[in-house]
Amino acid sequence: MPSVPALVSIALRPLPLAPLQLLLTALLDGVVQQHPGIFERLGEHVGKRIGIDPTDLPFAFVLEPRPGASRIVAVGAILRGTVDARIAGPLAGLIGLANGTLDGDALFFSRDLTIEGDVEAIVALRNAMDDAGVDIVRDASASLGAFGPLLERVGRIAAIVAEKLVLDVRGRQWN
Amino acid sequence: MDAGADAVYCGFNDETNARNFPGLNFTPEQLAQAAVYARAANAKTFVAINTFPRAGDQQLWQRAVDTAVRIGADALILADVGLLHYAASTYPNQRLHLSVQAAAASVDSIRYFVDAFRIRRVVLPRVLSVAEIAAISAEAACETEVFVFGGLCVMEEGRCSLSSYATGRSPNMHGVCSPASHVAYHEEDGTLVSRLGNFTINRFAAGKAAAYPTLCKGRFRAAQTEGYLFEEPVSLDAVELLPALRQSGVSALKIEGRQRSRAYVETVVRYFKEALALLDAAEPMPAGGLVTLTEGQSATTGAYRRGWR
Repeated sequence: MPSVPALVSIALRPLPLAPLQLLLTALLDGVVQQHPGIFERLGEHVGKRIGIDPTDLPFAFVLEPRPGASRIVAVGAILRGTVDARIAGPLAGLIGLANGTLDGDALFFSRDLTIEGDVEAIVALRNAMDDAGVDIVRDASASLGAFGPLLERVGRIAAIVAEKLVLDVRGRQWN
Repeated sequence: MDAGADAVYCGFNDETNARNFPGLNFTPEQLAQAAVYARAANAKTFVAINTFPRAGDQQLWQRAVDTAVRIGADALILADVGLLHYAASTYPNQRLHLSVQAAAASVDSIRYFVDAFRIRRVVLPRVLSVAEIAAISAEAACETEVFVFGGLCVMEEGRCSLSSYATGRSPNMHGVCSPASHVAYHEEDGTLVSRLGNFTINRFAAGKAAAYPTLCKGRFRAAQTEGYLFEEPVSLDAVELLPALRQSGVSALKIEGRQRSRAYVETVVRYFKEALALLDAAEPMPAGGLVTLTEGQSATTGAYRRGWR
């Protein structure tokens, strides 16, 4: 599983979380607006606090899906006991899981993904997002009105460049 | 369907089907839409209503049959004889398949279901060898369907009580084996510990492939030995046996994994469609192409080749 290079992760560490928070809010607004059926599939797990922990980044997120009042907050780290469940893995794996391009069980089998706490809430969230057909770049762009198409193009290019950077760095490390 | 499946089996989002996982499955309205999509794609919709009704509460299962017929399901996949009787007598023209949960593993057993309920196809349990499948297919008065990939139940299906023993909930009555509500994972110095109810099922050292916490694939300590009592964490992959299975006369190949992701389903279906095209061209079968999707990152041909029960 490709991971964010350690140097990039270290470089990100001193940055403030506020700009990231803006991006996360746009992303969550977009996903919720485009896929309201997610809440029905979440059922009794609506409102659970899910810690999402990219292990190759110096920050994490806490997601609270709730109709009309969903929140996602960037945090420095997920402290034990502050969330109902925690899912952790490389950023590329978490994005692939959100977009439905990777299989969560396979990531778990290969130990790329770690799950702790309320496993049923994680399963419900995974199934709800998989059914919805989430595309995080497209959905985030959709919530930004006139700036959306521009952001989507930038986002797609950034994703391609980031993936290439990750693979290049890992390739050099392997060689 | 987009990946080339000829038929899709699915269920309602309740305990009437054996994959009653949170966030999964269909409301009647969703399933009706799915059936329309399938018809447009020239694919079949099979509705699994393959758990066993609770005593005194059979209306939930009968309503599921009514709804599935109403939305135009091409076949119902059933296991319970009472529900089979209800479906066969209420809807005499509805195509019925016998679920693997019915554990019909002999010609006589299958004949009973065909005679009594006009079963058109039987899904054979994953405890038969290819030779036995061929013998059954040659004599059975209906089509046979076999699993070729995915989760591997090693017990007599529909009669396994291991999950119920550990959690009070079973695939037979509640539609869940080792339900997520009773599963816990935690890491101890890089070792992943998996638990089901009050039982530790396995410990996976750092870097070692992990697996679901099911009792049938748990690692146990007895006296001075430690090991897998029934089966190791592993998935079924019978792609190499496709030539033999075709020779044996089976009518359909089944891919397990309704609880898995779209990515899994699409990958596995495409893989087997390509394998069937290779078979048509008398080319060798692929090998190991799906191992990253398998439980424990390990595959087996199960009882199809091995001699255990």
